[in-house]
Amino acid sequence: MTAVELAGVADVSADRTVLEVTGLDVHYGLRRRRRQALDGVSLRVAAGETVGVIGETGSGKSTLARAVLGLVPASAGRIVVGGEDVTRYGRRQWRALRRRGVVQYVFQDPLRSLDPDLTAGESVVEPLLLQGISRSEALVRARTYASRLHLEHDLLDRLPAQLSGGQRQRVAVARALVTDPSLVILDEPASALDSANRVQVLEIVKDLCAAGVALVFISHDLGSVAGVADRVAVLYQGQLVEAGSVKDVITDPQHPYTRLLVRSAPTLRTGSADRTERAALRALLNA
Amino acid sequence: MTPPSEHSVLERSETTTGETPPTPPAPSEVPALSLRDVRITNRVTGEEIVHGVAFELSRGRVVGIVGESGSGKTLTCRAALGILPPRIELTGGSIHLAGTDIATLTPREWTAVRGSTVSAVFQDPASYLNPSIKVGPQIAEVVRVKKRVGRREARDRAVELLQAVHLRRPEVVYGQYAYELSGGMLQRVLIAAAIAADPQVLIADEATTALDVTVQAEILDLLASLQERAGLALVVVSHDLAVVAQLCDEVLVMREGQVVEQGPTSEVLYHPRHDYTRLLVAEHEQYGLDKVLARVDAS
Repeated sequence: MTAVELAGVADVSADRTVLEVTGLDVHYGLRRRRRQALDGVSLRVAAGETVGVIGETGSGKSTLARAVLGLVPASAGRIVVGGEDVTRYGRRQWRALRRRGVVQYVFQDPLRSLDPDLTAGESVVEPLLLQGISRSEALVRARTYASRLHLEHDLLDRLPAQLSGGQRQRVAVARALVTDPSLVILDEPASALDSANRVQVLEIVKDLCAAGVALVFISHDLGSVAGVADRVAVLYQGQLVEAGSVKDVITDPQHPYTRLLVRSAPTLRTGSADRTERAALRALLNA
Repeated sequence: MTPPSEHSVLERSETTTGETPPTPPAPSEVPALSLRDVRITNRVTGEEIVHGVAFELSRGRVVGIVGESGSGKTLTCRAALGILPPRIELTGGSIHLAGTDIATLTPREWTAVRGSTVSAVFQDPASYLNPSIKVGPQIAEVVRVKKRVGRREARDRAVELLQAVHLRRPEVVYGQYAYELSGGMLQRVLIAAAIAADPQVLIADEATTALDVTVQAEILDLLASLQERAGLALVVVSHDLAVVAQLCDEVLVMREGQVVEQGPTSEVLYHPRHDYTRLLVAEHEQYGLDKVLARVDAS
């Protein structure tokens, strides 16, 4: 079981909960190669709320996202999305749920997640066509979302390879939002982008949150989540070791890994005193 | 990393400086690396890409270069290492490595200078290691060639170097292949190889960009300890102002080939004069950890 449970903030009533994960275990591999990726993780995200999930490579943060989308099966625990218990869903039910566009996922590398043979516009329109919406109406909606993401309309006729990294990431976000999802999972959406594009993506995240979408923002960098998230959950070796408001976690981290994260995040405050502290925390974690 | 032909180097020395290099003074007074009005031009298009970069770096000091992709920071570093891409040339100013004008160096001299005077680590460490040779022997080879020592001594020295970059169980790492190591461990292996021949200057070009934040801090701490212990002069290149702020005495902010701001780190961070620097600072204040920290300070 986890040491920490991430409960919703006090003023959020239960009916606004969009995602509720309880005691989630995920295993990879079979028999002797079976390894536990997630160990009793609990997380709740309400409409209009942004929750940051922080962890190092291999901590299980992407596995959490994949489990919520039904891409990896849960070995224990419960996942409830928009009031529906999806834990025991079969392949068909998952497909139906994904097609409705209630849950959307933006991957880290849009060059690999966007179909290279579809133009940006076709990629954005596709989820709407799957829902049975007419092409003309789908196009109108795609254009609206493209402008909201500051994508000029002529860019929609280009293939992903003909777009810059920032433009591609915005196309991926537009594709995710066009179905009016109630839950969006962003997996390192800004880490591969330079500062100007990163600011733009983070601005979009803020707008989404204001529009009432529940957001899960996955990153290895506490700093990039700090500016946009309301609460953060810290994953370490498959367990949720710390959770709370951004301010509390940053100013008063409890777990040694969280303390190391806070001391490692680059800030404009120069401090060589942090170096000895970091060394001590690393020794503690490696022990 | 094939050195340019002797012909092109000779040509360049004539077109750029046209004067005989000064005889190097005593090593203690000479800056480890000095750039004067460095200009880099694409010979094919005739377009100047870097418009005058200048700084002086003494032993044990750290200079940082910040800028977005395409700002010319990497080309400036490559010029100092004598590894500019084909048809991209140093067309103005001068670069001195430990008092020697690099324009006067022959390919053979360059080979001697690289590794023992100036060395570098880059982003994506895996691509600089041979995947089919264990990592230890690749460091030992550098020691053997540069230090002219026997195989056994080179091996012992390589293990020492792996220890010096804080790799746990260095003997085990010595016998591992690149695919068995994480990104942070690989970057340490490359730093070990880079400092194997005791260089005066180490250039770290986006060396921590692809790493997790905690690993990035570990590598930056390692560089800082090398700089303090071994008196290494460091050039730290990053697109992130905060990374540079952790380590550097002096910062250059580059944009579109131009140095738009240059000065002591605290001056650049707390009293930025150029709009672009202000933008970089504002980004941290609005979206980074600094936003939360500032709010805490205020309350």
